Amino acid sequence: MKEFVILFRQPTGSYHKPLPEALEALEKKWADWAGGIAAQGKLANQGIRLAHDGRVLKSGGVVTDGPFVELREILGGFMVVRADDYDDAVTLAHGCPVLETGGSVEIRPIY
Amino acid sequence: MPTPADTRLLLKQLFQQEFSKIVAVISSRYGLAHVEIAEDLVSDTFLTATEHWSTHGLPPHPTAWLYTVAKQKTLAYFRREKIYTRKVAPTLTATAESATPSPEIDFSPQYIRDSQLKMLFAVCTPLIAGEAQIALALRVLCGFGIDEIASAFLTNKETINKRLVRAKAKLRAEGVRMELPSEAEVADRLDRVLHIIYLLFNEGYYSRTQDEVIRRELCWEAMRLAVFLTENELTNRPETQALLALMCFHASRFDARQTADGGIVLYGQQDENKWDTDLIAQGIHYLERSASGNVVSPYHLEARIAQLHCLPGDGPDKWESILQLHNHLLVLQYSPAAALNRTYALYRARGATEALPEARKLRLETNHFYWVLLAELLQHTDLPDAITCLKRALEHARTTPEQQLIRERIRQLAKRED
Repeated sequence: MKEFVILFRQPTGSYHKPLPEALEALEKKWADWAGGIAAQGKLANQGIRLAHDGRVLKSGGVVTDGPFVELREILGGFMVVRADDYDDAVTLAHGCPVLETGGSVEIRPIY
Repeated sequence: MPTPADTRLLLKQLFQQEFSKIVAVISSRYGLAHVEIAEDLVSDTFLTATEHWSTHGLPPHPTAWLYTVAKQKTLAYFRREKIYTRKVAPTLTATAESATPSPEIDFSPQYIRDSQLKMLFAVCTPLIAGEAQIALALRVLCGFGIDEIASAFLTNKETINKRLVRAKAKLRAEGVRMELPSEAEVADRLDRVLHIIYLLFNEGYYSRTQDEVIRRELCWEAMRLAVFLTENELTNRPETQALLALMCFHASRFDARQTADGGIVLYGQQDENKWDTDLIAQGIHYLERSASGNVVSPYHLEARIAQLHCLPGDGPDKWESILQLHNHLLVLQYSPAAALNRTYALYRARGATEALPEARKLRLETNHFYWVLLAELLQHTDLPDAITCLKRALEHARTTPEQQLIRERIRQLAKRED
């Protein structure tokens, strides 16, 4: 088994404060997805989820506020999984809730 | 005047209550390396009590009597031992705990408590593991006889004796000491203690043995140890309360989950009237008290799941809550049982179509519950395949009641197939 990081990205502009019911449904989707991976014994680290605002520091000491308009997608968080190979890791990434809202998932092996 | 039968019953009760206390006090005083001698001294004390009480009648304070006699025997033993070490083996140095022996052995409630707590931490050392540790806990912490432990593990006395001897040799070799962990260490060390108590309970609850008395005693002993931990400030943590709540909820279904002849009654078929409402109430009490601090331990989640199982009714909402708790639990800690239970909850909350692909991903081919679960999901769409799965389950089931249950299920499905 190898470890892979699954990075989830959301399209910028897709983020708006969801209604409580929608938020609950979304939470459940994340929990189901992570629970499904964990049930296979393949969750190495539940990782972290990132807030949607932030600061960017550029060379020359320029600090700008997020959201990060120059990017098409912003990083939403990551998770570490154990998988046999790339295919297996990609299979695990299927079902990640960001895919339903036009986001994407990046799968990278850990050295 | 008590009858001989009364005296025997009292002695048995006193043995269960006092054996581990006196062993803990002597070991605390003279060092854990002498735990075996402590056991012998206490057994000898009870032998003297049996002889003396049957001819002279019960003393006015039986417990105090036992402490006094145990004290005399212990002092006599170590006095002889000291002469031996001084004259015969002068190079042997005393252990740190017995560096300054004074002829006092303290049987005050506070000293007994502290000694028991120290013993609990010592026995649960990570240096010993597996069945040897459980056997040692049963012997030293719960006062179980070798034959009782053998019966619990479905093995013979020689095997248990070997395990105990090895475990105690390890304690000596590694110099495990009777001491309380520091404030900084306690969380880590307590984790291990709670884990052993949890294993002890499971050993009783899911035991391979058919001996109902032993099974229940294992569970009660585990609960007693957890109650003991809640009574000590150092160890009364939210996780301790949560573990105790979990055990109360499970134990409440003891009568309901078993047929008169020792067969298994599945949850769905259990008579809810046989659930022990007092234990459920106690479980709720401990679960409420566990809800402090900001740690959600696996015990909290398992206790909450067990509590939901104690609620009557079987709607999808209940199963949805159980599913979410299992999701959380699995993210904290994987276990095959949790993975199977999660998938069963998914099935009950949302149906077989959603649960079947998730079940296939578990790949627990050597676990008979995995095949039973697949059969449960497949019976709606593919009866022959469901029966094939049950046959695979039969290959991996280890106990007779489990095999009976699977055969019965095969018969039911085969009937529907016709």
